Amino acid sequence: MRAALFVTCVNDALYPRTGIAVVRLLERLGVGVDFPAAQSCCGQPQYNTGYRRESEPLLRRTAEAFAGYPYVVTPSGSCAAMVRTHYPRIGRLAEREGRGPGLAALAEELVPRVFELTEFLVDVLGVTDVGAYFPHTVTYHPSCHGLRGLGLGERPQRLLRAVKGLDLVELPDAGECCGFGGTFAVKNPDVSVAMGTDKTGNAVGTGADVLCGADNSCLAHLDGILRRRGEAVRTLHLAEILASTEEEPLT
Amino acid sequence: MSGTFMGMPAFPDAAREAVRDPVLRANLRHATHTIRDKRARAVAELADWERLRAAGKAVKDHALRHLDRHLVQLEEAVTAAGGTVHWAADADEANRIVTGLVLATGHREVVKVKSMATQEIGLNEALEAAGIAAYETDLAELIVQLGHDRPSHILVPAIHRNRAEIRDVFTAEMGRWGRPAPEGLGDDPRELAEAARLHLREKFLRAKVGISGANFMVAETGTMVVFESEGNGRMCLTLPETLISVVGIEKVVPTFRDLEIFLQTLPRSSTAERMNPYTTMWTGLGPSRGADGDGPSAFHLVLLDNGRTDTLADEVGRQALRCIRCSACLNVCPVYERAGGHAYGSVYPGPIGAVLSPQLRGTGSAIDASLPYASTLCGACYEVCPVAIDIPEILVHLRERVAQGGPVTLGGVRVRIRPARGHTAERAAMRAARLLLDRPGALRAGERLLARARRLRPRRLPGPGRAWTDGRELPQLPAESFRTWWARERGERA
Repeated sequence: MRAALFVTCVNDALYPRTGIAVVRLLERLGVGVDFPAAQSCCGQPQYNTGYRRESEPLLRRTAEAFAGYPYVVTPSGSCAAMVRTHYPRIGRLAEREGRGPGLAALAEELVPRVFELTEFLVDVLGVTDVGAYFPHTVTYHPSCHGLRGLGLGERPQRLLRAVKGLDLVELPDAGECCGFGGTFAVKNPDVSVAMGTDKTGNAVGTGADVLCGADNSCLAHLDGILRRRGEAVRTLHLAEILASTEEEPLT
Repeated sequence: MSGTFMGMPAFPDAAREAVRDPVLRANLRHATHTIRDKRARAVAELADWERLRAAGKAVKDHALRHLDRHLVQLEEAVTAAGGTVHWAADADEANRIVTGLVLATGHREVVKVKSMATQEIGLNEALEAAGIAAYETDLAELIVQLGHDRPSHILVPAIHRNRAEIRDVFTAEMGRWGRPAPEGLGDDPRELAEAARLHLREKFLRAKVGISGANFMVAETGTMVVFESEGNGRMCLTLPETLISVVGIEKVVPTFRDLEIFLQTLPRSSTAERMNPYTTMWTGLGPSRGADGDGPSAFHLVLLDNGRTDTLADEVGRQALRCIRCSACLNVCPVYERAGGHAYGSVYPGPIGAVLSPQLRGTGSAIDASLPYASTLCGACYEVCPVAIDIPEILVHLRERVAQGGPVTLGGVRVRIRPARGHTAERAAMRAARLLLDRPGALRAGERLLARARRLRPRRLPGPGRAWTDGRELPQLPAESFRTWWARERGERA
């Protein structure tokens, strides 16, 4: 089986280790990984801030970059939700506003092939034990777009529970937003940081060494607060934990 | 006597104050979490909740699609039952009608049932200007009114107050408006409720005019419906000689049977009760046309538009008119919990306020232009909404209107509005980002530049970047981008 990695712009530029972890994890599970170089950003920052027209070329670019791949895998619930929920809407509106059916057709063709990483592992590959080893206490923050947008449910936690050596502790108020929210983080910084401070406080209170998530943009915000406050808890993307093995442990 | 929402600062500035107020934060956290958990339990009891939700959505959509027909039918039914129907295009007209009706009775005091519509139009202030004293009788509204305060929640307007603060308000203010608070009043909820009961009873027994809103209006029968918890509404609806109800036109449902859905979904969503303690229904003046001396002998219904028809014209935004004012979205909203209700600058705070206010009032003011951004788009509001209003979708739609301008309906006329002020730099930045992201060569160059900047590690950024670094460290930059790693590792150009 082959899959195309949709690494996302945030991971490409800021968290390459997450992309590398996905490659190692999928290859370990027997999936050949391609990285279509034409890929870029899904256009969510533009779309969610009110610049829908600016997201249209990025929709086109994303759809064309991944044309022909039966599986497009992304380590971001937020970007997967952007494609699945908003691409069809962007296409529909473009058509209604007289820019033709092209975008709608591209969206329709792309949507069923895009999988968030845990969906791909659990639903497509049918695995929850990926053979990982990570001897740490971990708490998991389910980011909103994965939790409510995609309906990931317990998939991430099931994957984490199957990791050898890993002790998963429940995060209080786990379903509550961390306060990142894309441009919300800078448009409403006080509320954003207040929400993130409560979230990180809950994480610290669990006694976990690691606050794990499946969206690095949320983790960038939480990690920024943890470090500013001098907390010892570190943030890690789920893919990096799942990629870690006894032979090649995460350092 | 009450505060005003005029001239509110933009949401981020107003929210900053609330975030830094530890008492307010504690009050709100305690209250919202308590009711949030109770609601979840009350909803989980119903196996057919999702179907009730879909049915509520469908009934409201149907009512709105044929609003013209339903309203005329309602008017006929209310008139046939001895009531008088008035049509108010905006707040001023509604206030003029109500003030005129009260003045015509010769009385100068009115008792009020908790009503969002009358707050929306600023009725109490209009009555006061005409020399009419309006007494709020809902316990929380009374606290807000006596405290010269503003409501901060749809269902629990004094949610921002704890009981010690309420005790202080009662002790200081009750005597100026009627029966004073008992000597040495404590802050036990039972004692506070008893003080309010004694204070309000005098008002109920004296008042000749009652003013209410309504949760629902049934088109086929002309029946008005008020849901409440305290019984104070029942007093105001039955004791006075004249009853005036001010109701938004979107509150109409086609048939009596439709209430069956909302009788289940509204109490569970709002107070987490299986059934609300008091449901008052009346149809005009009843079969005797008021001659039996039971209940009011005059009933006036003021149908309020005030931006609703314009909102109905918007294909995305119109779903906000399905709102049944349960406030479940406020109670689950993490932004509301930290920013508090006052930051929304409207009688409609929280997520529903962030989509209603900029539609009903337009996006011209600083507060209304900032409200669509007062959300992380986390989706918790949509998940709990008993009429399935996709609030995040409307927020993004309104952001587009604020940032880019576009077509809106104002006063029934389709116009194109200009972008709100202050978005020029953002628009340029978004365009620049898109141009960069849409050009692989430029993107690679940008990433290389970023990697080279990693040794700078600034703790504080200047300009707009400060909004990030004031409360957070910046991400630690990697030595190379993913695509550089891939190209090196796999020998493919990326």
